[in-house]
Amino acid sequence: MSAADTVGALRARFPKDVIRSHVVCGQDVVYVSNDKAHEILRWLQEDPAQQFNYLTDITCVEHRDAERELEVVYQLRSLNRKVDLRVKIGLNPDGPLVVRSVIDLWAGADWLEREAWDMFGVKFKGHPDLRRILMWEGYAEGFPLRKSFPLRGHWSRSEQTRQALEANPEAYYSLEELSIAEAYHELPLDVRERLAKAGKVLP
Amino acid sequence: MTPRTIEMELSTPTLDARGQVRNVPLGVSRRPSESVNDDFGAEHMLVNIGPQHPATHGVLRLVVELEGEAVKRVIPHIGYLHSGFEKLGEYRFYNQIIPLTDRTDYLSPMANNVAFALAAEALMGIEITERCRLLRVIACEMSRIISHLVWAGTTGIDLGAFTPFLWMFEQRERIYNLQEAWTGARLTTSVSRIGGMMADVPDGWEAGLQEFVRTFPLTLREVDTMFTRNAIWCGRTQGVGVMSAEDAINYSLSGPMLRASGVAYDVRKDRPYLGYDEFDFDVPVGEHGDIYDRYRVRLEEMHQSVRILDQALAKLKPGPINVADPRISLPPKSRSMSDMEAMIFHFKQVMEGISPPVGEVYFGVENPKGELGYYLVSDGTAKPARWRIRPPSFLNLAALPKLCDGALLSDVIAINASVDIVMGEIDR
Repeated sequence: MSAADTVGALRARFPKDVIRSHVVCGQDVVYVSNDKAHEILRWLQEDPAQQFNYLTDITCVEHRDAERELEVVYQLRSLNRKVDLRVKIGLNPDGPLVVRSVIDLWAGADWLEREAWDMFGVKFKGHPDLRRILMWEGYAEGFPLRKSFPLRGHWSRSEQTRQALEANPEAYYSLEELSIAEAYHELPLDVRERLAKAGKVLP
Repeated sequence: MTPRTIEMELSTPTLDARGQVRNVPLGVSRRPSESVNDDFGAEHMLVNIGPQHPATHGVLRLVVELEGEAVKRVIPHIGYLHSGFEKLGEYRFYNQIIPLTDRTDYLSPMANNVAFALAAEALMGIEITERCRLLRVIACEMSRIISHLVWAGTTGIDLGAFTPFLWMFEQRERIYNLQEAWTGARLTTSVSRIGGMMADVPDGWEAGLQEFVRTFPLTLREVDTMFTRNAIWCGRTQGVGVMSAEDAINYSLSGPMLRASGVAYDVRKDRPYLGYDEFDFDVPVGEHGDIYDRYRVRLEEMHQSVRILDQALAKLKPGPINVADPRISLPPKSRSMSDMEAMIFHFKQVMEGISPPVGEVYFGVENPKGELGYYLVSDGTAKPARWRIRPPSFLNLAALPKLCDGALLSDVIAINASVDIVMGEIDR
């Protein structure tokens, strides 16, 4: 069974939510609706005829043409069947960029989703620890891989230097880590409550 | 005054009053009233390792939460080497991106160059020549050997073995000399071009590689003698950092990390490129998923790379290395200085670049660290609309907190070494 059969099976099972599909450079690409994407991905992983058990990559694509959708791309592979499939969700680049996290399906999605958030500003609903990964926490210039982000950044070099020099070294610890350290007791009350709610504080 | 004598037993009594063997616990004895917390406090300790630390293999920073010596939580921080390569790629011609790939996984630059050229060629539908194909196979396998040599050497140092490191770096130096003779550079090779190679190998180069292929397995055997049955090595690596096959797949591990857990996924076999299906080589697979198995897998992979190099050298015949299409390959410099047409093609390629058709491709290759994937999206212009690197060690490192589950602090160093990370690729 090839990837084309998988696309056919997807169309049969989710007729309304498979928006379109095509083959490019010999690779199958399926566009699915944002609402049902998680269900479709779960089906692709769990269905015994599909077995897409390996998440190769999650990334985003924004096109130079501002009219085109911003795409969230899932590159899947079935290790048993030796088949690849690319699943895409189209989002309005000006609208809210929110999709559901697939971390409950593949643990490997953790850092990939954090990177997509860091670079494109796509929020992954349900991710337990969605914070910046390549840029530092508190980076305020925006999302570097968006097309609206200039190559040299939004701010001037002198402004960037000034901000770097003024940065608080304690900020290099995440809130989660501060909760472990003695600094926990100096955290604002609402942060402490938030951490306690997430079960991240020691008894 | 009579001298006093003190009678004392000189040997430790091994039997107690009832004739049972006495077990003397090693370590500090405590009075029952004492609690561990009296010394260390009830709070967990937070230890910061890196980013400037020799055992983190680059600018990786780990924040470790400790209870005594036991690791409760590991929080990795990355991004200290972030250079924005993916963003830069959107402002470069395809051939201009190749120097950027050198600097991602800088321990196997030639393999990255080749992978990028393959991805761009898949996007453009270019068939490379036979000699180019074999030279690329040679480049990839040489990279695999030097990368694994660095891995085994530095991991040995992390676990206290210094001598094998020197042997391995001596061998690595021999490949670096070959790389230098071929490309003029030791680290930033930029050896590939879209549709061919930067240059053919110089005269007599094959003989040098042949000599390496002949003598290198001797070093591997020495390393095998030093490590494989070494009590310290086994004690530090066996059963440490274990990952089951199911978890390894779920965490998207790849390369030796995945295969050590018993999953036989090798891109060269599963999705053959560069005609790897016609080479005779085996894919070593571990069964325990611990550090020791990762070591065994990498050691065996070097043996297999030697086999592939041997076969590729036997197949290598003289011939062109670049495709004959003047829109893709630069004409020889002498021709572009004397021939009008050649000069026009030279000018157009340098000034305008090569424009692939509208489309996109994901191209995965088996790099030393795991599956390296380049995802290129073209909108028909000479610069990619999106260039995504799927870095193998990024995903392998993401599993570090899981691997360190229940480990001791000293194991964290060993586990981190076993992942085989290179920060240039993780941070990009």
